[in-house]
Amino acid sequence: MNKSDPVDVLIIGAGASGAAVAWSLAETRMHILCLDQGGWMKPSEYPSTGRDWEAKFYGEWSTSPNVRARPEDYPINDDNSPIKVVNFNGVGGSTVMYTAHWPRLHPSDFKVKTLDGVAEDWPIDYDTLVPFFEENDRMMGVSGLSGDPLSPLTHPPMPPQPLGLSGPLIAKAMNKLGWHWWPSDTTVATMDYEGRARCINLGHCTPACAQGAKASTDITYWPQAIRAGVELKTHCRVREILTNEHGMASGVVYYDKDGIEQFQPAEVVIIACNGVGTPRLLLNSASGRFPNGLANSSGLVGKNLMFHPYAQIYGFVKEPTDSNRAPPTCLWSKEFYDTDLSRGFVRGYGIQFGRGAGPVFEAVASEQKGILPWGADHHRVFRRLNGHRLAVSAICEDLPEEHNRVTLDPVLKDSHGIPAPKIDYTISANSRKMMEHGLARGKEILEAAGATDICTNNPIPWGGWHLLGTARMGTDPARSVVNEWGRSHDVKNLFIVDGSVFVTSGGVNPTSTIQAIALYVADQMKQRLANLFD
Amino acid sequence: MSVSNELTSTQRDDLRTIAAMIIPASDEYNVPGADDPAVQADMLTTLGRDTMLVRAALDYLAGLAGKPLAELDTARRDAIAAEFRATGGVAAATLVRVVLQCYYRDDRVLRSLGLELRAPFPKGHVLPEGDWSLLDPVKARGGALRRAP
Repeated sequence: MNKSDPVDVLIIGAGASGAAVAWSLAETRMHILCLDQGGWMKPSEYPSTGRDWEAKFYGEWSTSPNVRARPEDYPINDDNSPIKVVNFNGVGGSTVMYTAHWPRLHPSDFKVKTLDGVAEDWPIDYDTLVPFFEENDRMMGVSGLSGDPLSPLTHPPMPPQPLGLSGPLIAKAMNKLGWHWWPSDTTVATMDYEGRARCINLGHCTPACAQGAKASTDITYWPQAIRAGVELKTHCRVREILTNEHGMASGVVYYDKDGIEQFQPAEVVIIACNGVGTPRLLLNSASGRFPNGLANSSGLVGKNLMFHPYAQIYGFVKEPTDSNRAPPTCLWSKEFYDTDLSRGFVRGYGIQFGRGAGPVFEAVASEQKGILPWGADHHRVFRRLNGHRLAVSAICEDLPEEHNRVTLDPVLKDSHGIPAPKIDYTISANSRKMMEHGLARGKEILEAAGATDICTNNPIPWGGWHLLGTARMGTDPARSVVNEWGRSHDVKNLFIVDGSVFVTSGGVNPTSTIQAIALYVADQMKQRLANLFD
Repeated sequence: MSVSNELTSTQRDDLRTIAAMIIPASDEYNVPGADDPAVQADMLTTLGRDTMLVRAALDYLAGLAGKPLAELDTARRDAIAAEFRATGGVAAATLVRVVLQCYYRDDRVLRSLGLELRAPFPKGHVLPEGDWSLLDPVKARGGALRRAP
């Protein structure tokens, strides 16, 4: 095995959290190296640059790593889960492939035990993260409208996306019902921002933005981190973290771009591999000293996986909608976000509204639902459906349950022979009730908008975007994997900064909060450099 | 061997027949059917990673039909198609998706739908700003975040 010169800080993963922590630590002038299993993306090859842009979503640009199966991807056995894992592997990670919806967790989300008697409180609170939310919003470049009465106060540096054609239809329906709605904060640049061109409504935002208007960390944090001296090595897949006789992480074994096994020594190791990749790596790092996996004295590594079950309902209105001519989401609602036990469940959900879909997606989805017929009537029905879709998705707070977990598959391996993750997950009774409530309210919204041909996806099967909770933070080493500032209880020079550390999930997309936590952990490390391992 | 040759002649015939059953030509909308030679050529040359499942779907279809689909009478063909759609699983769904994704990028079809014949990038689209006064009732109603201790 080849051995490189030691580095001060080794970061594993160049996605949302890895990029943020790298950028923040760069000012220390330590030797910082990041390894990522993927490479730099080429926007000129993004789907929206070609006429076959929609078809690519079903193959090489699928959100599912199992379908996509690029060399950078690793397989995931999610057969035993009604929600399938979706992600992206490469510089920028899943920020390359996300909708750019940008809510924050609410202050109440950090205190669910105190407020509602379920799960556990976080060891940190919302106010602790506020400066890091703000810093992150500036770095990622957020558009939105300050003043939402039911969301935490934000200060987006750019104006919100236009309402377009779909927004007013949704807004009028919500107003008719007297329910809250607000333009979403998004990381879609609505004006030229820090070298990024403004959004020109390519519409196909999720599988990467050819315009560069959607923030992904390969075009936000990474250029600045690299200019500040951080080194990023691509196509380097980490197999395991090694430890020394003192129980400290000594470095990592990885396969380089040529498949050659390498050892990279490091004084500090930071894991930023998401809620599936991180427990996979820790479990694959089992040794004589750590037989149940690294940093796993609590036995909680891989447990408490939370996804956010999505209950989606959609229909078709007479008026034209934005279809594929706009970013997919532009509005949210927090009407049902907080606990109201009269609804029959605890906690709540956010709502995100979908503007529409392109013609291929519409044809495929509607045919599968049986509302687009074969034969002579196909054309008439398609013209009624295409360009007329509105969608309502309830993003339900998933509470932590230890039986929802990531383990190592005994058979499945990636292209380097590293054991792949296996997902065991069930949707809880509480979540089921929440999803049914969301569908019922969504139906009311769609009917208020005049929609017909209403269909549901309950859950959205390929909806495992948010990978949370599998190495959670806490003050009790018996009940958590990392402490309140991201350091492993067991291994004093090992940190985790991705969604694994979430204690609970909230009912909103988590990337904003993941990155705020990464910046917070980096800040804590900087403040404690003199006694980081005490 | 080219991708198009990975389907047998019989399979290509059945693909053409089932494609026409999914989307027949229409004079009313001035569009070809999915059995159109250009659409079929697009399918065959871009099957790529879908080839295996499409072949499986066509094998399943052939098993249901017992002979080339085109040789069945209309009633029998419709019954076979319905059974294929209902019981063909992932393979059948993949075949149908391949038909749809190639059909709905054909120039004549897009033109009929009033869509531009281009990739989204670099031109993009123009989005109306919309009526922001719709937010007034939400602002007037107000509200408060749930307090955290």
